[in-house]
Amino acid sequence: MTRVLIVGAGPAGMRAAETLAEAGLHPVVVDEAARAGGQIYRRPPEGFTRPAEKLYGSEAAKARRLHALFDRLVAEGRVTHLPERSVLALSGGVAQVLGAVREEIAFDRLILATGATDRLAPVPGWESAGVYTLGAAQIALKAQGVALGRRIVLAGSGPLLTLLATQLRAAGAEVAAVLDTAPMRAQIAAGAAMARARPQTTLRGLRLRAALGRRYHAGVTLERIETADGPVAMHWRDARGRARRTACDMVGLGWHLRADTHLADLAGARFDWSEPFRQWLPRCDALGRAGDGFYVAGDGQRLLGADGAEEAGRAAAIACLQDLGLPHPAPAPVLRRLARMERFAHALARAFPWPAEAVRALPDATVVCRCENISAGLLRETLPLSGAEANRAKSLSRVGMGRCQGRYCQLAGAEIVAASAGRSVAEAGRLRAQPPARPAPIGAWLATGDPGAE
Amino acid sequence: MTGRVLRLAETGRAALRFRFDGEELTGLAGDTVLTAILAARSTLRAAEFGPERRAGFCLMGACQDCWLWQEDGPRLRACSTPLREGMRLRSAAAAGWPGEEA
Ligand code: FES
Repeated sequence: MTRVLIVGAGPAGMRAAETLAEAGLHPVVVDEAARAGGQIYRRPPEGFTRPAEKLYGSEAAKARRLHALFDRLVAEGRVTHLPERSVLALSGGVAQVLGAVREEIAFDRLILATGATDRLAPVPGWESAGVYTLGAAQIALKAQGVALGRRIVLAGSGPLLTLLATQLRAAGAEVAAVLDTAPMRAQIAAGAAMARARPQTTLRGLRLRAALGRRYHAGVTLERIETADGPVAMHWRDARGRARRTACDMVGLGWHLRADTHLADLAGARFDWSEPFRQWLPRCDALGRAGDGFYVAGDGQRLLGADGAEEAGRAAAIACLQDLGLPHPAPAPVLRRLARMERFAHALARAFPWPAEAVRALPDATVVCRCENISAGLLRETLPLSGAEANRAKSLSRVGMGRCQGRYCQLAGAEIVAASAGRSVAEAGRLRAQPPARPAPIGAWLATGDPGAE
Repeated sequence: MTGRVLRLAETGRAALRFRFDGEELTGLAGDTVLTAILAARSTLRAAEFGPERRAGFCLMGACQDCWLWQEDGPRLRACSTPLREGMRLRSAAAAGWPGEEA
């Protein structure tokens, strides 16, 4: 039987696995978490007791359905789930996988459903302990039942900003301010297109926003995080330019999402600059074909959110079945739903834009690379030597070479490089990914297949 | 030193004892190492390249901000490692312990 490897057990990976299993294949799903779900539908460890309604709110029914579906496929022996494992490298039809030990998994077809991470813009002081991504604050709440601070400021833009503020408040956390860098006029201008594509989702977002009342501020400028062993206050300017200071001991930051394309890069995908999403995304056809026997799905392909990821997972599996000459579900309805998700996602990106101008104007002292504390000034200094090309700037400045492998600094770094050369970010080029996709302890590389071999 | 994280739910779980920088701490079954330490401490470790301290950033295994040392054995990523009874953890390498990271 054809060996199909799926990387990622979020909505895209789970739907891809279902579609393949229904067609009689037996896919193998590798995922980093202990329990399948992905980020949005992440499940707490065994023994936690809050019901799905508490964890996932309006999306509880979807979460339950997906979890039950995947658990059933695994229990019936139709899908193999390999949890708590990272894929570190891909080449020649073999995945190098690291869990408690190192494994090699050979495959004929590959579906990458690697999801996304928060998209970050540096704010002076963001390297301090107690500054987290919005995603981190949501994971802490869902999967651990904790708030990452006692008085919280959330800042950035995008749907998670409002949603997370609501979830934290419902759980009993103190949210002092929700600071959206998106100007109100951008939100209104794009809001109509959002509502046309997905009226209920748009309405739900507006209701959550309204419930935040005067904590929510649109069109803000973030100036700096004041710190002393952690955040003490956020300094910001409101839409009218008035200086404000909000005391806090935790700051959550995030500007929508950044596709995690590291493995797609290692698997040989080509990339195109996406102007709507303002980032590099793997080139693929409408169903997700990115190469020979290689497919991408979910937020790692295009940032369509959890519902879109389910459709994209189905689509990638359909493409895989088509290429194998096997019977498959009709692609047309899936493609129609994907097109609607995409119209919504493009409008959403216009409503909550990436703060390009603020990043280009960051003070020299601001840390751009959190891994190695490399400042905007240092990056700018190396540009006369490196030229305005992302990979050369990376090797000279080391921005993008740290442990996160550019996940949290690449887009801001590219913005600064482009600004210095008076070019667009697309022209500055894309950082190429290097294996391993995650740092791996040497000992784990030596232990192959046998826990006792070390 | 007080904790950074605030427990809001799921507090009825069994207690687990562990050591961090030589001190006895208590976490709950189902905690990640990061949650358990930050329930009692404000940070995980010193930054390698700056004066500030670090306490994790992404909590999803992507930023690598949360690597800690075990008294014996390899380093671990605190945000994605479940706490186990009797763990012995350190915020920095023991003297003479070689770097483990590839
Ligand atoms: S906090 Fe980012 S990898 Fe653990």
